[in-house]
Amino acid sequence: MNPLSSLFSSFRSRGGVHPDGRKQLSTEPPIRLLPLPPLLFVPLQQHVGAAARVSVLVGDRVLKGQLIGASGGNISAPVHASTSGRVVAIGDFPSPHPSGLPSATITIEPDGAERWIETRVPDDPFSLSPEEIATRVGAAGIVGLGGATFPSAVKLNLSRKSGIATLIVNGGECEPYLTCDDRLMRERADGIVEGIRLIAYAAGAREILVGIEDNKPEAIAAMRRAAASSEVQIKVVPAMYPMGWDKRMIQVLTGKEVPAEGRSAEIGVLVHNVATAWAVREAIRSGRPLVSRVVTVSGAAVAAPGNLEVPIGALAADLIKACRGLTSDPARLVLGGPMMGTQLPHLKVPMVKGSSGLLALTSKEIGLLTPAPCIRCSSCVRACPAGLLPLEMAAHIRAADLASAVGLGLKDCIGCGSCSYVCPAHIPLVHYFNYAKGELGALEKAKLRTDATRKLADMRNERMQRIAREREEAARQRAARKAEADAAKKAAATAAIEKELA
Amino acid sequence: MIPLSHAPHAHAPMTVGQVMATVLLALIPATLYGFWLYGWPAVFLWVVAMGTALLAEAAALFLQGRAAKPALLDGSAALTAWLLAISLPPFAPWWIAAIGSVFAIVIAKQVFGGLGQNVFNPAMAARVMLLISFPVEMTLWAAPMPITSTQAPALMEGLAITFGGSHWDGMASATLLGHVKTEFSRGIDLTTSLPAHFSAVQGGLLDAAWGSRAGSLGETAGLLLLLGGVFLIVRGVITWHAPVAMLLGVAAPALLAHALSPAHYLGVLPHLLSGGLMLAAFFIVTDPVTSPNTTAGLLVFGLLCGLLTWIIRTWGGYPEGVAFAVMIMNSLTPIIDRYVKPRIYGRDRKGQSLQLEAKRSEK
Repeated sequence: MNPLSSLFSSFRSRGGVHPDGRKQLSTEPPIRLLPLPPLLFVPLQQHVGAAARVSVLVGDRVLKGQLIGASGGNISAPVHASTSGRVVAIGDFPSPHPSGLPSATITIEPDGAERWIETRVPDDPFSLSPEEIATRVGAAGIVGLGGATFPSAVKLNLSRKSGIATLIVNGGECEPYLTCDDRLMRERADGIVEGIRLIAYAAGAREILVGIEDNKPEAIAAMRRAAASSEVQIKVVPAMYPMGWDKRMIQVLTGKEVPAEGRSAEIGVLVHNVATAWAVREAIRSGRPLVSRVVTVSGAAVAAPGNLEVPIGALAADLIKACRGLTSDPARLVLGGPMMGTQLPHLKVPMVKGSSGLLALTSKEIGLLTPAPCIRCSSCVRACPAGLLPLEMAAHIRAADLASAVGLGLKDCIGCGSCSYVCPAHIPLVHYFNYAKGELGALEKAKLRTDATRKLADMRNERMQRIAREREEAARQRAARKAEADAAKKAAATAAIEKELA
Repeated sequence: MIPLSHAPHAHAPMTVGQVMATVLLALIPATLYGFWLYGWPAVFLWVVAMGTALLAEAAALFLQGRAAKPALLDGSAALTAWLLAISLPPFAPWWIAAIGSVFAIVIAKQVFGGLGQNVFNPAMAARVMLLISFPVEMTLWAAPMPITSTQAPALMEGLAITFGGSHWDGMASATLLGHVKTEFSRGIDLTTSLPAHFSAVQGGLLDAAWGSRAGSLGETAGLLLLLGGVFLIVRGVITWHAPVAMLLGVAAPALLAHALSPAHYLGVLPHLLSGGLMLAAFFIVTDPVTSPNTTAGLLVFGLLCGLLTWIIRTWGGYPEGVAFAVMIMNSLTPIIDRYVKPRIYGRDRKGQSLQLEAKRSEK
């Protein structure tokens, strides 16, 4: 791609905002290992798709990396023990969700030995077939670590089948506060580049582009050094939210636009996150499943913000403690980044594969104000990266006119939060959209249920009619047979009488 | 227990009140210059307009049972009154400003549902109402008499002009557009009427640019309004689209017509620097409530505002057409918004999903 067309492609992509990055809070200290907590709570549902199925019993001794929950279907991912120890409970535990509702969780009491499972790995991972790499990635429980948590092996297999040309590795990390990918790229660039090459090999990609925002010069330099002698190209993209939106990254790096009703694989592009690439490298090179991840712990209410390598299942409270606790009562606890992350009800919830950040924010940071009337300033229209009209959509949703909101493109909304972020009236626009999406989902479900009920009723009617018809038919046949028999009897009697008479 | 909230958990440091305050700030230079140019009556008129507007807003909110304080603090009523005040003849009596403010706030804004719900720009709606209802008071302009000069009305005389209905010597002056229109009706073309106008106000076109002529505060300080507008664009409160389109909408036909017949059509500069054009371009058509949502929509809106202004000025019954043009276009805003929408990512302009190249080549 020549510089001119790259200039134009960045002009073509619209919208976006420039939130205060606040990455300097956590970007300097190197990644630290979280001290092993007294208990680990590993949920069975940490990914998009079906939940994993328990494959251990309470009381079982497990090794680090041992399978404790098997993949639950075609689109699912297994879960593994994050440390060696004993399974002490299997049952409900608060999930890292705003509701804090319980979900199926395996509780492990660490023995402190951190003993890994036995691993078999080839000296040259590239001697494995692409299919084998995808299988191993699937068996390692790797999901999209950028936050989407879609099972990575499914994407690899799909890409190989549909024949992709370009692998884009997303090192955008456009969410404010988060620096886990930044630190990972600075400290483990070689491993990431190896993981990227493995993904490209498994997916059959010829071109490999790594997009990194220009606000991470150290990460760019480290990645450039690591990628110097390989086919991996490091591309610097302007810092802007949501640069990490996969479709935006594709547009900026390739100039291609993903059709609304299509997937990126259909235009020959596969997108993975840098942390996923690191996990792939660990799985293939060291034979270690995904049992830990780097989490940014930040926010003005945290005493010593930084990045921690966290075993899956560690409680949010453990992370905060490792960052020397809270300096003030946080106004909000957030899992993920401030733009798209979810609020946590309390700190007694486990970290999962998709947890990129844990933020304890003060009221000054969240800037919460009572919503005022919309003045139609269209800041939201200019900020929307998807080209929607947030103010109009919200107005229709307020009036309970969901159909019009859908007509305006509600289903194309990616929930990035840019509109809510810029709104001077502080209207919770994304809240409206997610409410409407939920309502639409419920309507859809209700419609499916009605349809199913109608179908059953129709089938029953048909069956009853058929039974009635068959009964009638049988009765008719019986009557006919009877008549025939009577006639025969009569004929026989007549014949007998005639014989008699004769 | 922390109350649940949806993402984003961060917010840009901007509120509606700050938006309004920035616009008010941008109006200060032009207004202060106007005060200096027209003296105490202009100050009193501004005070009356502001006071009445805030009272009317509070009363309207009280009647609706809504909290008055947040609405008063957001500055929208003050902005409306300010814009109205600087579009009035500076020596107009107090009740012109009072009636205008009440009309703008109660009829043009609160009746429609308050901030964000009005169809028409309240200040322009009030100005049009005043012009139609009180044509004499609304076309009685004063020649500029800087407050420091000897012929300017003193404080008490100013009070008498605004509140006592007393007349002043300089009050018969006409605005450039008004003068030209009147002369046309007498069969005198521009070659005669323009120099006569400039000699009457002791200056040429460039002096006119600096306000040395009769008009409202907003008319005479055209260049300071331009400055305020640029400030707003730099601060990101407004975008350049509607102002530039509106100025273009006036300038382009003016350039063409003036080139064809200089004696009958005013040139570009008198058009741009006269009447309420600068005020409207940077402070009225940029009113977010009554203008379209999209940049393309704003270009259409601004261009048509400008074109209508030029048409009304050139062939209409009134010498100035900005307020009428803006109101007509305000009513077209929903239609513009209906047809001019941004293209959704991954879709074409009609909202259909983009086709894959492979599928496209099959067709």
